[in-house]
Amino acid sequence: MVTTSPSDPMTELATPVESPAKASPSTKANNPNPIAEQDAMIEIDDVSFSYDMGKTNVLKNISFNIPAGKVTALIGPSGCGKSTLLRCLNRMNDLVDTSKVTTGQIRIMGQDINAHDVDPIELRKQVGMVFQKYNPFPKSIYENVAYGLRIQGIKNKARLDEAVEKSLQRAALWNEVKDRLNSSALGLSGGQQQRLCIARTIAVNPRIVLMDEPCSALDPIATARIEELIAELQEEFTIVIVTHNMQQATRVSDRTAFFYLGELIEYDDTTTIFGNPSVTQTEDYVSGRFG
Amino acid sequence: MNPFKSSSSAQKTKDGLLSGFFALLTYLILGCTLFIFFDIAKKGLPVLMPVFSEKGGEVVDLDFLTRMPETLVDYTDENGEKQSLASSDFIEYTKANPDAVIENKKTNAYSGGGIAGPLVGTALLVIVCMVVALIVGVAAAVYLNEYAKQGRFVGMIRLAIMNLAGVPSIVFGLFGFAFFCLFPLPIFTMIVNEEKSLAAIPMFGGYLSFQGWGNSLLAGGLTLAVMVLPVIIAACEESLKAIPKGFREASLALGATKWQCIRTAVLPYATPGILTASVLGVTRVAGETAPIMFTAAVALKGKLPWQEADGKGIFWVSDLLTDSVQAMPYHIYTVAARIPRTDATAAMQDGSVFVFLLMVMTFASVSIYLRIHFRKKLKW
Ligand SMILES: Nc1ncnc2c1ncn2[C@@H]1O[C@H](COP(=O)(O)OP(=O)(O)OP(=O)(O)O)[C@@H](O)[C@H]1O
Ligand SMILES: [Mg+2]
Repeated sequence: MVTTSPSDPMTELATPVESPAKASPSTKANNPNPIAEQDAMIEIDDVSFSYDMGKTNVLKNISFNIPAGKVTALIGPSGCGKSTLLRCLNRMNDLVDTSKVTTGQIRIMGQDINAHDVDPIELRKQVGMVFQKYNPFPKSIYENVAYGLRIQGIKNKARLDEAVEKSLQRAALWNEVKDRLNSSALGLSGGQQQRLCIARTIAVNPRIVLMDEPCSALDPIATARIEELIAELQEEFTIVIVTHNMQQATRVSDRTAFFYLGELIEYDDTTTIFGNPSVTQTEDYVSGRFG
Repeated sequence: MNPFKSSSSAQKTKDGLLSGFFALLTYLILGCTLFIFFDIAKKGLPVLMPVFSEKGGEVVDLDFLTRMPETLVDYTDENGEKQSLASSDFIEYTKANPDAVIENKKTNAYSGGGIAGPLVGTALLVIVCMVVALIVGVAAAVYLNEYAKQGRFVGMIRLAIMNLAGVPSIVFGLFGFAFFCLFPLPIFTMIVNEEKSLAAIPMFGGYLSFQGWGNSLLAGGLTLAVMVLPVIIAACEESLKAIPKGFREASLALGATKWQCIRTAVLPYATPGILTASVLGVTRVAGETAPIMFTAAVALKGKLPWQEADGKGIFWVSDLLTDSVQAMPYHIYTVAARIPRTDATAAMQDGSVFVFLLMVMTFASVSIYLRIHFRKKLKW
């Protein structure tokens, strides 16, 4: 693992870096309405990814830019690589020993995140993740939210208290749990647990929040609350969300990327993708006629 | 017409016979176990709790639990009745009654007094074994399960560890004797024995001497630890594997380092499983005689270990650890195999076995209790 020196680029992620001059990402027909580089939080440039040391590529030459301060939805049939792409963005795929980015570059705020001097630990503090199955620790509600700060070495009680309250408020959970911060997080309902996981993620103040089907284990009412929450969080964070729910994508996202078999088929404003897609495959998928 | 009528009665009979046979075997095992247990309890309980004996007496014979083993003297008194006394009691008795009639006097080694020495010795061995085995076992399991790249090499290490579980205990005993008792290993000591010590470095007002540890608590505890390691490593790995992937991912995604993740999101939730399995594993080795026979145990000792230890601080601990101990399994082996069974010696034999059985059962119950307790508390 690469350790960061103070001058390491990842430690400076908090202040957006002017992206260096480079070959502009290919503007393909399937990417008719590209995000200009200076507005992009995440630039995905010709990325291929493999789980087996490059024998087979799960992602194939993906290129698109994810705008800052917006919600971007990744859609596509099961197994097309949405989660894989998401997990590339905070290098969670490092956990799979044989995984490898075979071609291309992912730049976040201009920095190639797979560069040898990038510490994935520092990266993940800036790129938070919310998982499909809500996974709070079997600790108190308070300790769950404080977890990220504690592992950063913050011990000051007042500071933790403040951060916990603020995060729970931002996650629209404060009013429901403020009287039982010290009881177990596992006593909460599924929807509350997922909002707690969101609170836990934003407590460390990331720039980007990745969400992998955050509502798939929840009922419609809990889902609606998370969607409201996403709309609110969008002001502060860049959000990338994987969803299987077309309505959800139209409700919460500004941009939508449609994937099929590891390839990016189409990427555009959500209204365009769902109203007037330029590729028939996209049209078939979003209208439910996929076969 | 019944649509669910059995179609083949021959099949049904065969099924019934088979299940009956299996049940029979199961109850046979249960029967054997119960028979052994009740036999030991019937003979041993009156020794520990004389109220239950034919003669009656105290509720618990505290002497049996608090005195060191010594020689037993049995004789016939003036009424022609058989009597038996621990040798120290016998000396006092004859001093106080110089003209008491003593006939057919016989002495039986190790069969008098109590079992305080072996009880304490076994407890100390278990503690040393548990501490060492837990530290090494958890470290190994964490490495194998969390850090090591899963591949052929790690698979081979695992296989080797599992094979270790099949090694006969006498081999562990001999290994322990060669490595811990004879091989020059570091130990703190106040006085350097020139003959035994390979080198001695002055330290803390004494010496760090490289010498064999000899027949000692430390050598025995370590030998037992090596023996229980495969069980503990396997159990730890199971416990680690049972921790949901979500905990690790959540922790790492929040910017935890690998060790922070293990320390805060994995180990705390694996601890109950690790502890439960370890207690159970240690219970099993605590009953082993072969590994401690050459490495730690002696048949007779006058004092409890801490009454004999010299020096201060680290030197006191060293002295305690390098002293030999008595141990329950070895004590039972001695009194059962080396002392002929007579009416007089039977009490020590039966009593020791019974108390040891209770001791081991207590350990096992604790481990079962821990498991149930934690299972209720930690659910996800
Ligand atoms: N850890 C892994 N090791 C090897 N292959 C994997 C791993 N994770 C995913 N894959 C494979 O990569 C491909 C893409 O999987 P991915 O989970 O990214 O799909 P997805 O689009 O998220 O699907 P879903 O909608 O079902 O979640 C699949 O073929 C899957 O089998
Ligand atoms: Mg997925």
